Amino acid sequence: MTKQHANWSPYDNNGGSCVAIAGADYCVIAADTRMSTGYNILTRDYSKISQLTDKSVMASSGFQADVKALQKVLSARHLIYQHQHNKQMSCPAMAQLLSNTLYYKRFFPYYAFNVLGGLDNEGKGCVFTYDAVGSYERVGYSAQGSGSTLIMPFLDNQLKSPSPLLLPAKDAVTPLSETEAVDLVKTVFASATERDIYTGDKLEIVILNASGIRREYMDLRRD
Amino acid sequence: MSSSLDLPPKGEFSFDLCRRNAMLESKGLKAPTFLKTGTTIVGLVFQDGVILGADTRATEGPIVADKNCEKIHYMAPNIYCCGAGTAADTEAVTDMVSSQLQLHRYHTGRESRVVTALTLLKKHLFNYQGHVSAALVLGGVDITGPHLHTIYPHGSTDTLPFATMGSGSLAAMSVFESKYKESLSRDEGIQLVVEAISAGIFNDLGSGSNVDVCVITKGHKDYLRNHLLPNPRTYVNPKGFTFPKKTEVLSTKITPLKEVEVIEGDAMEIA
Repeated sequence: MTKQHANWSPYDNNGGSCVAIAGADYCVIAADTRMSTGYNILTRDYSKISQLTDKSVMASSGFQADVKALQKVLSARHLIYQHQHNKQMSCPAMAQLLSNTLYYKRFFPYYAFNVLGGLDNEGKGCVFTYDAVGSYERVGYSAQGSGSTLIMPFLDNQLKSPSPLLLPAKDAVTPLSETEAVDLVKTVFASATERDIYTGDKLEIVILNASGIRREYMDLRRD
Repeated sequence: MSSSLDLPPKGEFSFDLCRRNAMLESKGLKAPTFLKTGTTIVGLVFQDGVILGADTRATEGPIVADKNCEKIHYMAPNIYCCGAGTAADTEAVTDMVSSQLQLHRYHTGRESRVVTALTLLKKHLFNYQGHVSAALVLGGVDITGPHLHTIYPHGSTDTLPFATMGSGSLAAMSVFESKYKESLSRDEGIQLVVEAISAGIFNDLGSGSNVDVCVITKGHKDYLRNHLLPNPRTYVNPKGFTFPKKTEVLSTKITPLKEVEVIEGDAMEIA
């Protein structure tokens, strides 16, 4: 007689994909706007991107109820920080806070797959990528969500530096310009939409640079 | 020499491996997934015959395996069949019955009837007790008139003036229930079928890409493959992409084979 398992789950997956690319003096964060459950679409116009500080923007896919709760916790903690330190949190500081917040719920996790993008203290672009329980790493680019397995290999092909095992050591590839990075993101989402049923409808792109923050939208396939 | 797996006399499914599969799954092995056509398929009867419609997306879980597959299968010159469910099953069962119908035509010297295809399909599916996962919309025009049927994986059938099947069937049926009426003209019928399939394409994640339509009338059929293409790719980088990076060579080691000595001797012994 096998043990009776729960037939109700507190989690649901609302699908979607998120991408972030860091440049020399900018950061591009993008996500699609489709929210779905099972084979149904809940809405075609849901933003998965949230601006945590002037210099950091988070995109999260997964269970949007948990994502919303996570965003609320982070913005409350940021407000407290601002009151106590009389300044905004830096992007690396926010990255650590996000990791700690996720690990705090290690045994009932936030079903959220996050990428955090922004500008570090020197003004260079930075991207941090997370798993559901807070393990994080600073990287040059990352993808999360239902289309991540389709997107990451292409980004690796276009952006990845040569193998560090090579001798003599080779330089990283020529860094992308801001327009090239935005172009790359558009292509990557158009391709992911073709093959992933949970990605589509509209693409929201947020660009962070020294002059501030900018938003762009692009239509994706709606089928 | 007796085999460890003796097939049942009729060549039906042998379930001997089910215990072993269950044991493997309990040990953590993931079973291979089937290619399903999460689908929208429809059929309706109009003034002069029947019209069948289908989307063109085939999915493997959350991934689109085929963006433009054909779900309207040929059964006979006057009979076509839309298929939803496991792609291999719909393909195999429609091919098989199509062949049987052709042999029957040679035997009888007459045009095939839709009820013949219906009976052959439902008998086969019932025999396999639902394990052949094929949900079909069968339509055609024969000497007795236009016919439209739905066939479920377990072998039950319905005869209807309009029908939808697949994961997008609810979206499509909502269109049919609102707008269907008797004695539609050809253009009205095609328009309604296109609207129903489009509802499935845009509202069901298991359906997508293009609309296929097939119009069957007395003595004539129109197979309109990709009748509508409402989903073009939204963005192509005009500059294109280059892939200059080859696989990096980390190290090279060449071992020359030593000189091979050829000795004249006896031929190999084969027991």
